[in-house]
Amino acid sequence: MDNLGTFLSVLSQGLPFTIIATVGGIALTIVLSFVAGLALLSSSRTVRIIARVYVEGLRGTSEVVQLFWIFFALPVLVGFQIVPIWAGILVLGLNHGAYGAEIVRGAVQSVPRAQIEGAIALNLTPAQRMRRVVLPQAVVEMLPPFNNLFIQLLKSTALLSFVSINEITRQAQQVLVPRFNPQAFEIFLLLLVMYLVMSLVITAVMRTLERVAAARVGRTPSARSRRQATGAGVA
Amino acid sequence: MIEFDGVEKRFGDHVVLSELSFAVAPGEHVCLIGPSGSGKTTILRLLMTLEKVDAGTITVGGTSLSHMDKGGTLVPADDKHVREVRKRIGMVFQQFNLFPNMTVRGNLIEAPTRVLGLSKEEATARAQELLDLVGLGDRMDSHPTQLSGGQQQRVAIARALAMRPDVLLLDEVTSALDPELVAGVLTLLRDLGASTDITFLCVTHEMGFARDFSDRVMMFDGGRVIEDAAPEKLFTAPEHERTRAFLHAVVDR
Repeated sequence: MDNLGTFLSVLSQGLPFTIIATVGGIALTIVLSFVAGLALLSSSRTVRIIARVYVEGLRGTSEVVQLFWIFFALPVLVGFQIVPIWAGILVLGLNHGAYGAEIVRGAVQSVPRAQIEGAIALNLTPAQRMRRVVLPQAVVEMLPPFNNLFIQLLKSTALLSFVSINEITRQAQQVLVPRFNPQAFEIFLLLLVMYLVMSLVITAVMRTLERVAAARVGRTPSARSRRQATGAGVA
Repeated sequence: MIEFDGVEKRFGDHVVLSELSFAVAPGEHVCLIGPSGSGKTTILRLLMTLEKVDAGTITVGGTSLSHMDKGGTLVPADDKHVREVRKRIGMVFQQFNLFPNMTVRGNLIEAPTRVLGLSKEEATARAQELLDLVGLGDRMDSHPTQLSGGQQQRVAIARALAMRPDVLLLDEVTSALDPELVAGVLTLLRDLGASTDITFLCVTHEMGFARDFSDRVMMFDGGRVIEDAAPEKLFTAPEHERTRAFLHAVVDR
């Protein structure tokens, strides 16, 4: 494959943007997911409505349009332009946080009522019940769907090429393809592989967290897989 | 210590308890028996404030669970009031309800440190005493899932005792256990009954336990107390036909 070194080096120049947008987006997603997810379960109707408007509003509109809106519409309104990469992180976080809120809400609601009753019987406050009993158990349920969400977020960083952030997709499309048009196949294949590798890194991290979290609530996935391996679970 | 006065509880159209009135004296051991669905567990859940009464009042140690005195008038209880009354009550559940995200130690010191304000050292020392008492002194660092049902239930009893309750509610605490583990838990409860002045209110299907543990047994059916007597009387010479039929069905198996 000719020019492989050139392709790699040009694409790599875009990697910092892709990685910063992904990591920043994930960080913001986690924060917004918990804030909005817990707000969806609030006893205050007003808080629930605000959270619901956020979730439906950002989940139900196009990510690309949200991006354009922050880049081109917001400056008209407020009079200044946010640093592009920050604006990108903001849109990725806001959008995926809306999905994440439902993950948090669902996981919190999946914790058995008996656990909350046990905590009430010990006279823990509602905040202590949530923080010390419910959330640590709910997090175990959240990790697999969050893994999905983070991978989607990684792939969404390609949309930032629409607003001139030089992440890897833009590097491929704007820098490489015009110059090496006959080799577009190889360029885009290389691009796919780069996304795949990054998503595998995300999955590896999340799997580790899943194992740690499962062990903390006394579940041993190793015991389960051993049982399956020996067929003892069936017999 | 506990007083129910005209208590009514409905779930939708289904009346679980109606016009229920009874009292339990300090230090008294009372067992509630009767068929499933007769409202026994609901009584414990009302006392633990896991459910709200629809009518009537419940008082614990002279304080109402549902109302409080505010400038001479009775108003619905706020969170602070409920938490104050709850301090006096502990509960042990059929399914133990231990927190799986904590070790045995965590389960035992969580509420004493956060609710009673004990230091970690004080709470741990107390936890160790209680674990010794329930015969699990060496399981401090185990996870609840590593323990048998009987051991989990004994930890749950220790956890409730760690809050130093005046009243302990036991909700069918042996129903989820393997038959061979039941005896150990019942022996522990008998010892506790004999060595403390805690007021016990228990829902149980273990008639032998009800008979030698209680000062009084209340037979429930259809949300009402149909017989309330000393165990010797209730188990040997029940007055009510329904009690006779029930005892016949559960004892003479």
